[in-house]
Amino acid sequence: MLSSAIRAPPHAGLWRHPLIQRHAPVVVVVLALIAIWYVATVLANASLVRDAFEREETKYSTLDLIARTLDAERPLVVAPHQMLAAFADSVFGYPITSPRSLAYHGWVTLSATAVGFVIGALFGIMLAVLIVHQRALEKSLLPWIICSQMVPILAVAPIVIVVLGALGMQGLLPKSIISAYLCFFPVTIGMVKGLTSPDPIQRDLMRTWSATAAQVLWKLRWPSSVPFLFASLKVAVTISLIGAIVGELPTGAQAGIGARLLAGSYYGQTVQIWAALFTAALLAVFLISVIGVAERLVLRQMGAKP
Amino acid sequence: MTARAQPARSRSVALLAFGLIAVVVGCIVTLFWLREPAVEGAAGIGFWALTLALWFVAAVVVTRLAAFEPRGRVWRRLQDLAIPLLFGAFVLYLWEVAVRGFGAPPVLMPSPSATAARFAGSLPVLAEDFVQTFIRGVLPGCAIGCGAGFLVAVSAHRFTFLGRGLLPLGNFASALPIVGIAPIMVMWFGFDWPSKAAVVAVVTFFPMLVNTLAGLAAPGAIERDLMRSYGATPAQTLIKLSLPAAMPYIFNALKINSTLALIGAIVAEFFGTPTRGIGFRISIEVARMSLDMVWAEIALAALAGMAFYGAIALAERAVTFWHPSYRG
Repeated sequence: MLSSAIRAPPHAGLWRHPLIQRHAPVVVVVLALIAIWYVATVLANASLVRDAFEREETKYSTLDLIARTLDAERPLVVAPHQMLAAFADSVFGYPITSPRSLAYHGWVTLSATAVGFVIGALFGIMLAVLIVHQRALEKSLLPWIICSQMVPILAVAPIVIVVLGALGMQGLLPKSIISAYLCFFPVTIGMVKGLTSPDPIQRDLMRTWSATAAQVLWKLRWPSSVPFLFASLKVAVTISLIGAIVGELPTGAQAGIGARLLAGSYYGQTVQIWAALFTAALLAVFLISVIGVAERLVLRQMGAKP
Repeated sequence: MTARAQPARSRSVALLAFGLIAVVVGCIVTLFWLREPAVEGAAGIGFWALTLALWFVAAVVVTRLAAFEPRGRVWRRLQDLAIPLLFGAFVLYLWEVAVRGFGAPPVLMPSPSATAARFAGSLPVLAEDFVQTFIRGVLPGCAIGCGAGFLVAVSAHRFTFLGRGLLPLGNFASALPIVGIAPIMVMWFGFDWPSKAAVVAVVTFFPMLVNTLAGLAAPGAIERDLMRSYGATPAQTLIKLSLPAAMPYIFNALKINSTLALIGAIVAEFFGTPTRGIGFRISIEVARMSLDMVWAEIALAALAGMAFYGAIALAERAVTFWHPSYRG
């Protein structure tokens, strides 16, 4: 910091404006990535398109070739505008209940994600409270919770769906349980850290007031764990989205983003896959920003400075 | 510890040992009891009462063991190791007893002993799947993804403009459900291991990028100014200051990636494989309702994941021995 401030030229202008200083690098990198994407599209699809032209025995210029690589029907690499067009078409082009509408599939995945996230977060918080209050649980359970994350849980997804299906559960709940299973972990770890974050001095103070364990939890531990809670909820919500999408794969799923991915890969519909991926990205952004807004509201309510 | 506390202490040790032995004997007795055809699948109330009592005693023993404060470092390490092991063993025992006592259909829930028997009985298949998924898919993919993430992070650290552009994007990308690119990779690189390695590479790239960038920025202004006052070149600053300081962050990324990589490879196998691999085997064995094989594959994946994680943790201990969390 210091050295760059010394060396910085004294001229000031539009370029030094803080808004531009902050956003210019991101914009430039994004534009560069899009440019690379387009070049890759042309290069990757060129041979496909050339073959097509030769089969039709039409004469073509380089310009024709490039134009067609960017607009191929089943391209190897999908151009960004194709992806956006397919997305817009399948969101706005069909009624919202139609199985061809991405809004419908997005809603299916989003509802499974939300239910799973709520179950997982509550379970994770409960587990953290138990672990903080029971030393035996911390020593015996915590190592296994950590180990459980070494297991590729997604591998269990098919079994969970089959077993729950045999027990008569279908549709939303099995997927939600998978995403809950995936997302409780960051919440537990974050909350154990958060609930133990108050200083010994503060806990001693509660003791001198002869506060019960419940009072210590509610008036000291819980408020001081809120920042940790939201940090881990942000991680958990994206993981539970992944869980819901993957949970839709092994059922040969009828609906949801995962089902769109699977169907697209069966029929070679690359554009459809990319549009589904774009929807998934939008869902992730939406979920994280919801948590972010909730965080800001809660922290303001608790009197944190903005 | 005063002399008067000594008898109480030895009494609690004796009680602990007695409780442990009682639990072990009880477990063995109930397991043998289960082998009687009249009990298996239709255990009576006496059996469940005994099991519940065992559960209660085991809970008390583990609680006491956790509250016990042994003297000496070796004993404390042993205690930290013994508690989770005992707990895990007892959970496995409960699982076994519940499955066999209630007579749960093996299509739904195989017992741990059936899974273990299946594991031991199909070692060649498991070895083949392990090689396909782990050696061919996870390891090269992880090496490529982590290596690329590291190199990009180092260059982004050198050119601040690039770094300021990449960091928000990297944070954004690591929040995306990237495993979704699996079908595209299968389309690009075919059914065999290159597509799995590609998915793993993409999945592991972003955590490595973000963490390494954060780690390279970890040294404070004072340290960097000191390097400048020594007249160190940027390369020297990188090698002698920034990289060592970034090591804890890099190992953190490696740990995150060790789980992500296995998940990525297994999910990619749901989208098409040659006829081997952990994900492939799981999906066909689920369809054939032979869940003991599925659990054996999951156990294999768990063992592989833990071994991978353990290797990284050992390397971390060797490389970042100076970090406060390792200095006792």
